[in-house]
Amino acid sequence: MEEYALIMRHEDGSKIASPERLQAWMKQTMDWIGGIAAQNKFVSGTGLPLEGAKVITTKNSKPVVTNGPFGDIKETIGGLIVVKADSFEEAVEFAKGCPVLQGEGNSLEVRKIAKGDGVH
Amino acid sequence: MEQQQLIPHLFRTEFRKITTVLCKHFGIEHIEIAEDIASDTFLSAVETWTYKGLPANPTAWLYTVANNKAINYFHRSNIFSKKIAGDIKNSYPQTEELEINLSDENITDSQMQMLFTICHPSIQTEAQIGLALRILCGFGINEIATAFLTNNETINKRLFRAKAKLRTEKVKIEFPGKTEINDRLENVLTTLYLLFSEGYYSESDDNVLREDLCDEAMRLTFMLIENEQTNQPKVNALFSLMCFHSSRFAARKNEKGEIILYAEQDESCWNQELIIKGIYFLHEASHGNEISKYHIEAGIAYWHTIKSDTKEKWENILQLYNQLLVLEYSPIAALNRTYVLSKVKGKREAIWEAEKLNLTSNHFYFTLLGELYTEIDNNKAKENFKKAFELSKTQTDQQTIQKKIDQL
Repeated sequence: MEEYALIMRHEDGSKIASPERLQAWMKQTMDWIGGIAAQNKFVSGTGLPLEGAKVITTKNSKPVVTNGPFGDIKETIGGLIVVKADSFEEAVEFAKGCPVLQGEGNSLEVRKIAKGDGVH
Repeated sequence: MEQQQLIPHLFRTEFRKITTVLCKHFGIEHIEIAEDIASDTFLSAVETWTYKGLPANPTAWLYTVANNKAINYFHRSNIFSKKIAGDIKNSYPQTEELEINLSDENITDSQMQMLFTICHPSIQTEAQIGLALRILCGFGINEIATAFLTNNETINKRLFRAKAKLRTEKVKIEFPGKTEINDRLENVLTTLYLLFSEGYYSESDDNVLREDLCDEAMRLTFMLIENEQTNQPKVNALFSLMCFHSSRFAARKNEKGEIILYAEQDESCWNQELIIKGIYFLHEASHGNEISKYHIEAGIAYWHTIKSDTKEKWENILQLYNQLLVLEYSPIAALNRTYVLSKVKGKREAIWEAEKLNLTSNHFYFTLLGELYTEIDNNKAKENFKKAFELSKTQTDQQTIQKKIDQL
């Protein structure tokens, strides 16, 4: 069994959702995670709220800090969860159930976690 | 109270006190001697009281006799070591200074320290529960064997090994230090939780014994609440959970001893006093930032004290099961969550998720599938109930499943 990160991307992080919408989303996300955890395949999860977010870039070899929302960068990462799966296919099946995908233009990226064994 | 009832009653309340105080006094290495002296004290009580009648203060009588017996025992062993073992310095205290302190305060302290001693990480969980029942709750070997559905010999061996382990590990009977207390408390809570579950879910036919087990688990948990250092939110949460569960004790079984499922229980049999107590301690548990699995389980149990089938209730329970599974996976939580999912999102979605749970050696898994397929596909429901029947081990479970098949 390997570990995979499912990274949630939002098309436009600057759009502010209503508190009711956010709450419904939270519930849906927890139901999705609960379904994975019920199969004993959930490892960890990290939400990444936009509030207070900063972006660091380099200009003339010097770091430049910009406050969010992110100007040129439209796409933002909303959070990630780590799951256990036998294959990429299984991890992708988990990803398909993520409520983030209900938003047009949003996406999920599935990445295998390096084992830290010096090879991966 | 008549004498025939008084002695068993005193045995239940005083045996554990005498044993722990003696053991605390002499050290864990003399735990069997402490038990022997306590047993011997009760034997004397039976003999003496039968002929001479009850003393004015039976408890005080027991303490005095236990004290004397302890003095005699160590006097003899001192003579033994002086005369026979020669110069070998013995570890026994001098009899002159021997005075067993059986004050309420010392009893409570000794019990607390003993609780932490028994729940030492070096002892296996099953043995911890056995030791707790014997030393802290004063259960007989017979009763422990009945509770665990096994025989006296197995329990005796288990306790013997556990006591030997306490000796070899040189576990001290003391309250853990401040830095250690949180880790050790975790262990204590697990044992108390299992002790309670043993009573609540036990297959034993002995109803009184099962309730006793739950009462004892609650008594010990409450002891932790009464102590400032261990009165932590998660302890209150565990106690709250126990209150909510016990509130349904009377409603869970019919006159024939068969289990009545939650949905069919008569809620007027639920103990309102315990429910209110549960709510109070759940409130007490809400201080601080830590959300333990006891908090979540108490939350789930709280919602179950509301009988009506509202959307709000099941949605809240589903969220709590999601959290519980994220915190700690267990097959039973996974199965329960899926049942709750069917209440919130309908049976078809629940079936879809249930099929992925992969718990095919668990009869509850097939019971759940049977339940979910009922009315959607009764043939499949029957198939699953039959599998559940084959996998179930106890008569009670088989009766419950057979009823479901007959109802299809």
